[in-house]
Amino acid sequence: MIDKRKVTGDMNRLIIGYFILATAIPARAFAKIIKVGKGQVVTHIQQGIDMAAAGDTVLVSEGIYRQGNIVINKPIVLKGVNHPVLDGEKKYELISVKSPGVTVEGFLVRNSGHSSMTDIAGIKIYNTHHITVINNILEDNFFGIYAQQAAHCVIQNNSITAYAKETQLSGNGIHCWKSDSMHISANSVTGHRDGIYLEFATHSLIEKNTVQKNLRYGLHFMFSHNNTYTRNIFRNNGAGVAVMYTRHVTMKNNRFEENWGDAAYGLLLKEISDSDIEGNYFEKNTSGIYMDGSSRIEMYKNVFKDNGWAIKMQASCMDIKLEKNNFINNTFDMGTNGSLVLNTFKNNYWDKYEGYDLNKDKIGDVPYRPVSMYSMIIEQNPPAMMLFRSFITALLDKTEKLLPSLTPENLKDDYPLMKPLAL
Amino acid sequence: MRKIIKYVIADILRNKIVIAYTAFLLVMSLSIFALEDNTSKGLLSLLNIILLIVPLVSIVFSTIYIYNSSEFIELLVSQPLKRKSIWLSLFSGLAASLALSFFIGAGIPILIYQPSPTGIMMLLTGLLLSVIFVSIALFASVTTRDKAKGIGKVILLWLYFSILFDGLILFLLFQFADYPLEKAMVAVSAFNPIDLSRILILLQMDVSALMGYTGAIFRNFFGTQIGIALAFIVLVLWMMTPLWLSLRRFTTKDL
Repeated sequence: MIDKRKVTGDMNRLIIGYFILATAIPARAFAKIIKVGKGQVVTHIQQGIDMAAAGDTVLVSEGIYRQGNIVINKPIVLKGVNHPVLDGEKKYELISVKSPGVTVEGFLVRNSGHSSMTDIAGIKIYNTHHITVINNILEDNFFGIYAQQAAHCVIQNNSITAYAKETQLSGNGIHCWKSDSMHISANSVTGHRDGIYLEFATHSLIEKNTVQKNLRYGLHFMFSHNNTYTRNIFRNNGAGVAVMYTRHVTMKNNRFEENWGDAAYGLLLKEISDSDIEGNYFEKNTSGIYMDGSSRIEMYKNVFKDNGWAIKMQASCMDIKLEKNNFINNTFDMGTNGSLVLNTFKNNYWDKYEGYDLNKDKIGDVPYRPVSMYSMIIEQNPPAMMLFRSFITALLDKTEKLLPSLTPENLKDDYPLMKPLAL
Repeated sequence: MRKIIKYVIADILRNKIVIAYTAFLLVMSLSIFALEDNTSKGLLSLLNIILLIVPLVSIVFSTIYIYNSSEFIELLVSQPLKRKSIWLSLFSGLAASLALSFFIGAGIPILIYQPSPTGIMMLLTGLLLSVIFVSIALFASVTTRDKAKGIGKVILLWLYFSILFDGLILFLLFQFADYPLEKAMVAVSAFNPIDLSRILILLQMDVSALMGYTGAIFRNFFGTQIGIALAFIVLVLWMMTPLWLSLRRFTTKDL
């Protein structure tokens, strides 16, 4: 798009040259390129932006710019060549976008100010739409990219890193508040408070991001309906991924890995409804999925591997369909806190299943009860974990299987698969 | 002393029971690893064998061996030999040969199929448990003159360490569920070598689940190098204490 503008600009200039009509045509009709940097006429980026007209490109050459806050208040392209450094000296917000149709591309934005009063960000989008933020590197900012009341924005290919030590003193990597139709893709976020944070952000697509080693949540959203999350990787975040109070969430082909800790979950679903969770991979989490007060969720074709608890489903969940998932080598397949079960389990593969298949239809003939007695005991009495895998607990588990008393009787998979699904 | 050890080892290794024990372990562990497509599930089955069978065989076999060689011991005592060296050679012979059969029976399959930290930990704790229960057997047999009574005592001890102790702990945990018992549990686990071994293996095997709150306390203690070292020191104490007590008894005993 930029190149096209540039080409049309050049062609126009040629025509002007040939027909000597320069004065007759107002300069504003053409997209100009304004170069900013050392050795140029303009050395201040803000000055370049002030000079630019709508549709122009402000091209910033290599170097370190300590020029405080830059406000973009007209639809222009602000582009860096070889990632010029915008340094906020721990005082300023670097780029404030306040006009629709702006593109910010190719900068290294670092050292924004910190504040507990206002949310200072490396790049902040204020109440506008159709903004593109691509190919930037953000380092050690309070908030990385912050969109408030924005719509139709593209945030792509940015690498966002911070070195936060405490959650109170750090902001989120990508933060969207009251936004709509955002497209957040292929970013990597490390070391912030929350990797990606959405509040009241709707109809958005979040894909192919790599979010790891953030202090709190990898992905955190609330009241953000109708969003789709695909092919993201959430790894080793302080408390995994937590999503709350939202409906119509689609999560497909994401990976949730290595979220360890008592309050860390691969995926925490609190009051989520009407959602699809499909084709995701949960590996080495203390709890793969923790569900509380959620309803009408369909979970297909997920893989749960090497987790402490594959799923902890509180009794407050209802109408959850769990079908065709693989449960492999989890310490506990499922934990729950009550005996009420309003959910259905069907055609999953459980590696702990000990039943048989007489009619060879690849479906076990006796139901599988994924909640073991010992996981109920540990739910009530955590120190009992010390006795796990001892002879006496194995004995208790076996007795419980014959005569269920503690475990919820209806929590069972009536059609467990004999062989794992190829997922 | 070396001569007696050599004699005891040669005698035990020829013993049919020990050969059967080795073969049993070997067949079990090979079949577990070969039949399970999921090797960590294989390790789990092996865990039960190590925690139940190994102590049982070690303790019962050693006791019977000591009783059966009472005439041999009397003969040795009549020779110009120190009682201490007689007893220690008996212990070394028993411990070495039982550890060896565990190593051949379970250790080699583990090293072939699962040379992971979990496997190595299992191997180490299995070896230690073999030796610990030999030492407990020596103490039990030296304090009881009657063979039947001695064997009964030893079986009760095994029952206590592998089942009753855990039942007791579970009972206490539920009685005192309102109190913070996590840290106390770490201390209590030191009173049973089987529990201690199990926890050490668990820390390698169920890392994810143990990252929970209680698990974190275990992990903070046993997961660190100091913790692991401490746990092994406790296991070695379990080996030394009964041996030392039995030695003291044996040196003054009227045979």
